[in-house]
Amino acid sequence: MDFLRPAGWEEALAAKAEHPAAVPIAGGTDLMVEINFDHRRPDHLLDLSRIDELEEWEVGETHVRLGASVPYTRILEQLRTELPGLALASHTVASPQIRNRGSVGGNLGTASPAGDAHPALLAAGAEVEVASVRGTRRIPIDDFYTGVKRNALAPDELIRAVHVKKAAGPQQFSKVGTRNAMVIAVCAFGLALHPDSRTVRTGIGSAAPTPVRAREAEEFLAGALAEGGFWDSGRTIAPSVCTRFAELAAGACDPIDDVRGTAKYRRHAVAVLARRTLGWTWDAYRGRGANGKGTERCA
Amino acid sequence: MRVTFTANGRRVEADDVWEGESLLYVLRERLGLPGSKNACEQGECGSCTVRLDGVPVCSCLVAAGQAQDREVVTVEGLAGQSGEDAGLAPIQQAFIEAGAVQCGFCTPGLIVAADELLERNAAPSDADIREALSGNLCRCTGYEKILDAVRRAAPGYASDTATPSTESAMP
Repeated sequence: MDFLRPAGWEEALAAKAEHPAAVPIAGGTDLMVEINFDHRRPDHLLDLSRIDELEEWEVGETHVRLGASVPYTRILEQLRTELPGLALASHTVASPQIRNRGSVGGNLGTASPAGDAHPALLAAGAEVEVASVRGTRRIPIDDFYTGVKRNALAPDELIRAVHVKKAAGPQQFSKVGTRNAMVIAVCAFGLALHPDSRTVRTGIGSAAPTPVRAREAEEFLAGALAEGGFWDSGRTIAPSVCTRFAELAAGACDPIDDVRGTAKYRRHAVAVLARRTLGWTWDAYRGRGANGKGTERCA
Repeated sequence: MRVTFTANGRRVEADDVWEGESLLYVLRERLGLPGSKNACEQGECGSCTVRLDGVPVCSCLVAAGQAQDREVVTVEGLAGQSGEDAGLAPIQQAFIEAGAVQCGFCTPGLIVAADELLERNAAPSDADIREALSGNLCRCTGYEKILDAVRRAAPGYASDTATPSTESAMP
């Protein structure tokens, strides 16, 4: 095994071009487990932990450009306003020690359906900035996950950053597990209201081969909100709408039975999470609108 | 490969380190610092917690090469830091006084994590303590005594941080 230690980004891209099978390591919270347990023996480890710009972020007009290695701790402490869904998801990652090392770039690279960042990225709307010696391109998050632990990266590419749309409305993230800390999601759900475009977006984790959006649920809810003039009135959403939204969210799942839960349980739990997150986000939207009275909710 | 870094303030060097080796292995097996414990090797238990450039991490998940030129503090580095003739760190003394040590295996990781919490926040709420220690498992389930120890140690850290701010307030 060789340990490649590029001092800068260009050097890292050159190393990846020369050794396309080299496995990038930043926080190491996934990869080192595989190495410790002898599940993986890459010929080359490509250490990205010396490349400072990967741990930086920039807040722009409409998007946050989040460096691939920004630790979850930074996101949950410092990007709560701009990226509330991702900050909530970041807070559910493992433990403080892991959040100090783990990053969204790692979640994207591993592309596990259980990665906590995915539902939040899908719901917020994001593009993954990837680069190689051939150049840079941006992959819409909807096209990024291509299979179980597979993504749209070419062998010579590295993840540089993720461009996440700044929140224009309330966002929520909720996750089912056996305890609060150190839990791989049994299932997870992210929801973002986008009042600027009068749309909603969702993300489901651990309930399909890849992270997925519940597109039918999104379209149904956006239609119901538009039809009833809810964006303007801020009225309470009818329970029947919440229930239908939850059913459609469950319908978007394609889960399996495994040690963490059954497929049936996952579908049920995703429906519950969808209904609850809708209640929370809509309450927050109403709370800051003109008609923000009352506490009736879907949950 | 050779790895050189600072461990508890001392420049250290390890030779013939395997490229897939963890920082934990280097500390324990090559540098004679067995305080950090090796249990789950997957970041679940926190018994290998050390500070890497000040930040608490699971040393079993840091590749040894990533520690090159960094500063590592292990549980062995905590005693003797808090004053001229200081012995144990306040959190270590508090663990003894509170009876927070049973089998002792989780203790070093908990001490390192709790010490970092109190350094940041010398008046933590119970929720803050639980959160900060949520990555450290104690299988004797001595958590209540551990929480007691952290509460008991907190005033010692408050006086540490009060000193410089008093000085800076002087004309």
